[in-house]
Amino acid sequence: MYRELRDHIISLLNAGMRLDGRKFTEYRKPIEIEKGVIKTAEGSARVKIGETDIIVGVKLEVGEPYPDTPDEGTIIVGAELLPLSNPDFELGPPGIQAIELARVVDRGIRESKALDFKKLCIEPGKKIWMVIIDICPINDAGNLFDASSLAALAALSSTRYPAFDGEKVDYKTKTDKKLELEKTPIAVTVIKIGDKFIVDPDTEEEKVIDSRLTVSSIEDGTLCALQKGGDYPLTTEDIDKMLDIGIEKGKELRKRL
Amino acid sequence: MAYTKRIDGRGFDETRKIEAKVGVIPRADGSAMFRIGNTWAYAAVYGPRNLHPKFLQDPQKGILRCNYNMMPFSSSGERVRPGGSRRSKEISLVTGKALLPVLNLEEYPNSVVDVFIELPQTEAGSRCAGICAASMALADAGLEMKDLVCAVSAGKVDDKLVVDLDYAEESYKEGSVADIPIAIMPGSGKITLLQMDGEIKKDELIKLIEMTKKVLNDIYEIQKKALKEKYHEVEV
Repeated sequence: MYRELRDHIISLLNAGMRLDGRKFTEYRKPIEIEKGVIKTAEGSARVKIGETDIIVGVKLEVGEPYPDTPDEGTIIVGAELLPLSNPDFELGPPGIQAIELARVVDRGIRESKALDFKKLCIEPGKKIWMVIIDICPINDAGNLFDASSLAALAALSSTRYPAFDGEKVDYKTKTDKKLELEKTPIAVTVIKIGDKFIVDPDTEEEKVIDSRLTVSSIEDGTLCALQKGGDYPLTTEDIDKMLDIGIEKGKELRKRL
Repeated sequence: MAYTKRIDGRGFDETRKIEAKVGVIPRADGSAMFRIGNTWAYAAVYGPRNLHPKFLQDPQKGILRCNYNMMPFSSSGERVRPGGSRRSKEISLVTGKALLPVLNLEEYPNSVVDVFIELPQTEAGSRCAGICAASMALADAGLEMKDLVCAVSAGKVDDKLVVDLDYAEESYKEGSVADIPIAIMPGSGKITLLQMDGEIKKDELIKLIEMTKKVLNDIYEIQKKALKEKYHEVEV
């Protein structure tokens, strides 16, 4: 479908170049992280990577725990691929792309145990905090996975509990109690086009990828979530290289938080 | 007790602080941001573009499609469930009607102009903020327009006529409240949006509309300034 674009991008990559002049493992600039941008949310962050611009908001609600984990709170991640942010997005309930995005962000947070779910318990078996993370792109210029994960983490780190009297949540009153982050899982999506590996694809590059691997890792390099995408298979050697890139770039991104 | 002073100290015909910016969404054909107090709207315009499904097409002229949406975390209360509500559908409808009179879509048969309005944060007056942003975004998209559209909510709190009600005024308990979103085409002064909740006498409403028009002219200047700022580097 994008054969000529693909041929062009591959010939550039073979010469060691990318469309916008970046190195293979270089993120677009600037990377901006602004926390607490939404007053109506309990936590929020706006992340810009180049022209990609995304807002993540966190709301806290009181709910009932699952029967098998009576003393644990929970997280819910939602992503809306707003038609405002990309001419190819359409109105309607979240499609498969939005669901994958939300689930990849969810797994990074959940599996790294970035939040201690036990600390979200209010009354075992009865009341827990539900941490609801909503991802809303303003401008999708590529790499929503990494931008969303980063924004979700930044939003969580800015989250304060609203007042709760045991019956009702008073959203007008925020307490000083912060949501504690135990870990900082960072997602880096490594792209394979031809036999080359790059990070932070822009809109054009995203059209021609062979495969992608989203690598979520924590401070010490331990992997906490993976997602392979794209239509082409990967060899073990590919994965080896992609994980190295993902972990290394993750360390760089973490410093920005 | 009469409403002698506004809760946040503003004058009765004074809006909250306004901020406007054009060209904030690079992927859109036109875009703008409009912020009034804590209410914050983004608008993106896509098109004129092909309209699918085909049976919706009008061979005489292009159609305007508007969608108003509150982000899930944009309300000061509980999370807003995504997917739209009866309220957001109605606001989408009246927003389209408020904007349509300034457009000339006869040049674009079988096409659609899509306007997407997103509210990251709201505190009263969100449909009007959305209309202000959308009108700037349409201009930014380079569409032929007869005028801009400027909107603000007006109303009556107890016995006082006021402009740009905030949340505390909308929910004023010690007297009656009328909430009246108004949009005009500033060139002609014609009204393209008028809704009301509450109670007001006819004479007061007419007086209020005239009072609001003055304020809307100030908003018009802010919109024009924001549009010029995006294009200031272009020398003719």
